[in-house]
Amino acid sequence: MPQEIPKDNGNGHKDQHPGITQGASGEMTVEHVHKGYGLKPLVKVVLGDCNFVLENRKLTVLIGPSGCGKSTLVNILAGYDMPDSGKVTLDGVPVKGPGRDRLVVFQETALFPWMTTYQNVSFGPRVRNELSKEELRVETTRLLKLVGLEAFADKYPSQLSGGMMRRAELVRALINRPKVMLMDEPFRGLDAMTRALMQEYYVRLFETKPGTNLFVTSEIEEAIFLADRLVIMSNRPATIRKVLEIDLPRPRQFQMLTSKEYLGYKGEALEILHEEAMKAFARGKTSSADFVEAYSKIAGK
Amino acid sequence: MSAPPKGSKNGSRRKKIAKLLKDRATYRGCIAIIAVLVLWEAGSVLGLPILKNIPSLSSVLVSFKEAVFDPAYYVSWKDSFMRIFLGFTLALIIGIPLGLFMGTSRYIRELTLPVFEVLRPIPPLAWVPASAIFWPDVEMSVIFVTFLGAFFVLILNIVGGARSIDARYIRAAVSLGASRRDVFWRIVLPATLPSILVGMTVGIGVCWNTVVAAEMIASRSGLGFLTWRSYVTFSYPMIVVGMISIGIAGYISSGIIRILGARLMPWLKTN
Amino acid sequence: MRPELNESVEAQSLAEQGMQAASNVEEMPSLSWEMLLSRVKHALGTSAPYLALIGLVGSLLVWWLLSEVIKAPLWEKVPGPVAVASEWFSRHPTFGMSIFTADYYMHIWKSCWRVLQAFTLATVLGVPLGLFMGWSKVFKDYSFPVFETLRPIPMLSWVPLAILMFPGREASVIYVTFLGAFFATTLNTLLGVESIDEVYFRAARCLGSSQRQIFFRIILPGALPFIFTGLQISIGYSWFCLVAGEMIAGEFGLGYLIWNAYMTVEYPVLVIAMITLGFLGWFSSALVRLAGRRLMQWQVREIA
Repeated sequence: MPQEIPKDNGNGHKDQHPGITQGASGEMTVEHVHKGYGLKPLVKVVLGDCNFVLENRKLTVLIGPSGCGKSTLVNILAGYDMPDSGKVTLDGVPVKGPGRDRLVVFQETALFPWMTTYQNVSFGPRVRNELSKEELRVETTRLLKLVGLEAFADKYPSQLSGGMMRRAELVRALINRPKVMLMDEPFRGLDAMTRALMQEYYVRLFETKPGTNLFVTSEIEEAIFLADRLVIMSNRPATIRKVLEIDLPRPRQFQMLTSKEYLGYKGEALEILHEEAMKAFARGKTSSADFVEAYSKIAGK
Repeated sequence: MSAPPKGSKNGSRRKKIAKLLKDRATYRGCIAIIAVLVLWEAGSVLGLPILKNIPSLSSVLVSFKEAVFDPAYYVSWKDSFMRIFLGFTLALIIGIPLGLFMGTSRYIRELTLPVFEVLRPIPPLAWVPASAIFWPDVEMSVIFVTFLGAFFVLILNIVGGARSIDARYIRAAVSLGASRRDVFWRIVLPATLPSILVGMTVGIGVCWNTVVAAEMIASRSGLGFLTWRSYVTFSYPMIVVGMISIGIAGYISSGIIRILGARLMPWLKTN
Repeated sequence: MRPELNESVEAQSLAEQGMQAASNVEEMPSLSWEMLLSRVKHALGTSAPYLALIGLVGSLLVWWLLSEVIKAPLWEKVPGPVAVASEWFSRHPTFGMSIFTADYYMHIWKSCWRVLQAFTLATVLGVPLGLFMGWSKVFKDYSFPVFETLRPIPMLSWVPLAILMFPGREASVIYVTFLGAFFATTLNTLLGVESIDEVYFRAARCLGSSQRQIFFRIILPGALPFIFTGLQISIGYSWFCLVAGEMIAGEFGLGYLIWNAYMTVEYPVLVIAMITLGFLGWFSSALVRLAGRRLMQWQVREIA
């Protein structure tokens, strides 16, 4: 299935819409970001001093146990939420709010239930009035074909399977050619088979047209399979515990999951996560129980 | 028969009927309803307590037959429906935009919602005399009370619906470049539609209750008045005829809303 | 609209955080005074309470201006807030109806007593009926069609027949009030049973529960949230129907008072009775909500 993806799609875009270029830009930096929630006596510090860089043409994967503040970080990058202190910039310009240069694919589906697949995917260009009706139809159909949904163009989300919804949502973001794609645990809740298939779809999409991508997950296999760079988050209040450069060859193949290099990375990452869990455990917080549980889930796979 | 889609529709209907005939529940339901009807008739024949005071089934059927051939009976239908139509439409025209406005604009909502919350627990019927004082004629006050019944329900449902829209939808739309107008027309409105329909369904029920009572109390026409007059003039079987007619009328109007809902919200249909 | 979007987005992430925070059991705060205080403080920092006050006082002002100062067209006969208040809080009310007169409380008591009887009866009959319908398919097959045939008839059209059916007006008013509550209670209870996940039944059967145990251990608690939603609706319907019943057929009670005040042109009394009804309606539904929360502690814990 991945072979069906045409190699030239990136160029086709640029010619059609000279105003929007992917270019070499699209670098995001996160500097000293802090974030807490709650009312005064009960403020919960979620993020304590986060620093990292999202580089262009790189797939950065953010991993950490559930509930450690990954979603909060994504919301801040997307501009839905503001950090209490610190700075987030895109190509040197501070992020002030949501914008279509940074698009999020959410944990659960955020396809509009009242629109068909076609209407959902074409939503962005439609509301911005960028394309003629015919151009829009051609582009939407092309993308739907790319992810094997052309037969489901007129179905509503409630009539699609979980995997189909994820794919529809992926192309709904891609059609806008964003500078940065933010994927917030997009394959969570899918069964193992579908999940593997979606990972392959996604990694091929990225490899044919690499932009700045952030992929958030709590599964270590998924993380290393996809990543150029692995950012490991600590227990709450979350900081960046370690950044691993994953130097596996592209295109990624599933056979790599048994390679020596892969296992080396996995071991290294697990060690750090284990250390985090023990630290939390030593602090004697019940939250560490969650952490250990999440960790053992990661390690068990 | 000639057009294939129609044929298939007929086919599915036939299948449905066949399925109904096979289902045990259908027979049990029929048996139960027949048993109730028999009990009803027996109640007056045998003089069972309480039941004997209800006009017998046979006398009701006779009255029904008379009513069906009486043009005045249809005038009652028309009058009641007219009041419902005017009151309810008015509630929709004012309530839907106002509700959406209150749901989407925080300051307007914080300013006006408490007033609605204070007025809401007052039963609509308690407004009948007050509205009779206010409006110069009875007809207007009956329509006004009908309007009120649906209005509060609609407003509160729409505000609730508009406020509980999943923030992700709005986020997604905004990041995809939707303007505020787009967000309203393409996100807020369709997302609130189910709540609007719920408000309409509940509202029409309140409307019928209100209209019937208002007609009994204050009016000189309509199905509610027909029922009340039958009581006052000792033509008791007609009371039941009136009640059944009101039941049918209510059923028809909520059926229309249900069909409208299915038409307006095709995405809610599962398969 | 703009602030609203931001607000809801904020609320969403706050809620998410709340969920996450709650998973740390030992850090979860109990509902203390400190927390309540901080909530009140927080509320006072937002625009909501001030705007609410402005809205309420503003509408009172408009009412006063239209009815008592300007005497606008249509408003000439409508009693104004000053007229109503001076009757309501007077030791020697013109029309004999104020917080200092026994009559006022007698009408309140009558209405409350009727609602209480009807509501209790509807709960005692409606909840078991709904539970049985959900428990036994055969019972539902027989009873539900009858139920659904009677349900579309608006409760208030029963008034004349109710007067015929029952000796004395008291019983017929209570009957109509009962009907209003009964259908809502039964239907919601049934929905509640049908909302219970099939898995629970299977699990219970696997563990060897008897039918009786299933009924009391699974069906009843499982349907409880819906039952209380039903009760909440039904207490509202009770007041709704009571007013109609009292207006048409009653002696005493607030509905009767409204009608009587209208007939005898004691308009301020009419408004007093309306406001009282509104308050009682609100108060009784708050009571039901409170009872529901008390009974469903486990649900609160589940959410928290």
